[in-house]
Amino acid sequence: MLEQLGAVTRQVRTPADLAAVDALVMPGGESTTMSRLLDTAGLFDPLAVRLAAGMPVLGTCAGMILLADQVLDGRPDQRSFGVIDLSVRRNGYGRQVDSFEADVVVAGLDDPFHVVFIRAPKVERTGGAVEVLASHGGVPVLARQGHVLVASFHPELTSDRRVHAMFLDMVHTSAATAA
Amino acid sequence: MTAMSSTSSDSSPAGPAGSKGTYRVKRGLAEMMKGGVIMDVVTPDQAKIAEDSGACAVMALERVPADIRRDGGVARMSDPEMIEGIKAAVTIPVMAKARIGHFVEAQILEALGVDYIDESEVLTPADETHHIDKFAFTVPFVCGATNLGEALRRISEGACMIRSKGEAGTGNIVEAVRHLRNIIGDIRKITQADSAELFQWAKSLQAPLPLVQEIAETGWLPVPLFCAGGIATPADAALAMQLGAEAVFVGSGIFKSDDPMPRAKAIVEATTHFRDPHILAKVSRGLGAPMTGIGMDEINQRYAERGW
Repeated sequence: MLEQLGAVTRQVRTPADLAAVDALVMPGGESTTMSRLLDTAGLFDPLAVRLAAGMPVLGTCAGMILLADQVLDGRPDQRSFGVIDLSVRRNGYGRQVDSFEADVVVAGLDDPFHVVFIRAPKVERTGGAVEVLASHGGVPVLARQGHVLVASFHPELTSDRRVHAMFLDMVHTSAATAA
Repeated sequence: MTAMSSTSSDSSPAGPAGSKGTYRVKRGLAEMMKGGVIMDVVTPDQAKIAEDSGACAVMALERVPADIRRDGGVARMSDPEMIEGIKAAVTIPVMAKARIGHFVEAQILEALGVDYIDESEVLTPADETHHIDKFAFTVPFVCGATNLGEALRRISEGACMIRSKGEAGTGNIVEAVRHLRNIIGDIRKITQADSAELFQWAKSLQAPLPLVQEIAETGWLPVPLFCAGGIATPADAALAMQLGAEAVFVGSGIFKSDDPMPRAKAIVEATTHFRDPHILAKVSRGLGAPMTGIGMDEINQRYAERGW
């Protein structure tokens, strides 16, 4: 989807891969599994350094959990980067049979965004520095804090590219500021 | 870890807002398991070990396939109490198996709130003609296939994930390789076919024409393709991934080995880094004995032949 918008993409599995990118997408999946693999691949610390240095990042679903300040109902050994001031409950919307589609209104976008929630995390607290860009049923589902953009839904599972375009704008702004 | 998500976007019509159990929602969970390992477990303790080792989901069942093979008799859906125990023990998705065609077992599993149902040839089939109408359910289904026609028939019945069948409970990867090559080889050929040839492909595969046409256009199945049946080592898992599987199921291979936890972790890492022989060499060391395994000429019942 980012390639359709003109970005060059690659998969990041090792620290060398990470060094080669300007921005990162942390996709859906199982956050417990991803947290473990970040450790075993030696990615956790280099990634924490890059995030602290302001690398733009988009986290969807499990990616949102990994970026959040506080994870509820996680595993005791599960680590998160704490770069966005949110409290997130894993599987807060329930199990797979409770997964659903919805239309959400996103700040700055004209038409509603049709999205898919899959065993999604639920935001239970947002800090003052967090800008909530969309809510569903009164609960934030898309939020930004500086260079960190997170969604509890999966913008990559539908054909609407507007959240990804929003992220690329952040990446370009970040590159322009650094230059 | 994937930067710039490789997940394919879905242009199928949007379900109504608030709707559950849509094709997109069902397939979405399969997308989230790509690159991962789904492990067979028979107790809550094993489920914990699987989660601790980095499994992206567990398959709750009463006996692992190797034991079903040894014990014989009729293999059925697991006891709901056991499934609930496993659900309570882990936070990752829990799958469970129903017999082919046994839609009431599927109804019970859905009522239990499992996250995925495997309509599985490892259990004794309940219907030798019909598979379950999987569109009738909110919970998504995975089904096995030995070739592309079988995969497309299952998808036309509503399966949202296909796994190559392999030969469960053998610890022998040979059948999984055969089935993956069958499925992916035919996909490759279809992408080279012209529009007139697609009619013949649909006929010879005994599969719906629109699905064959979709493959010709996209070059892939409309749902994720995972690999099952015979994976016993990290190298087996990486082989399946390099052949084109998008994730792996490991059944007897972990808990029938000498030391399950290190082997489970190694298979998870091998599935993530499946193209990196240095990492594969590192994680393959010192794992103790894998399950003994059996040759195809030593078995008298091929589970892969179940399903139609």
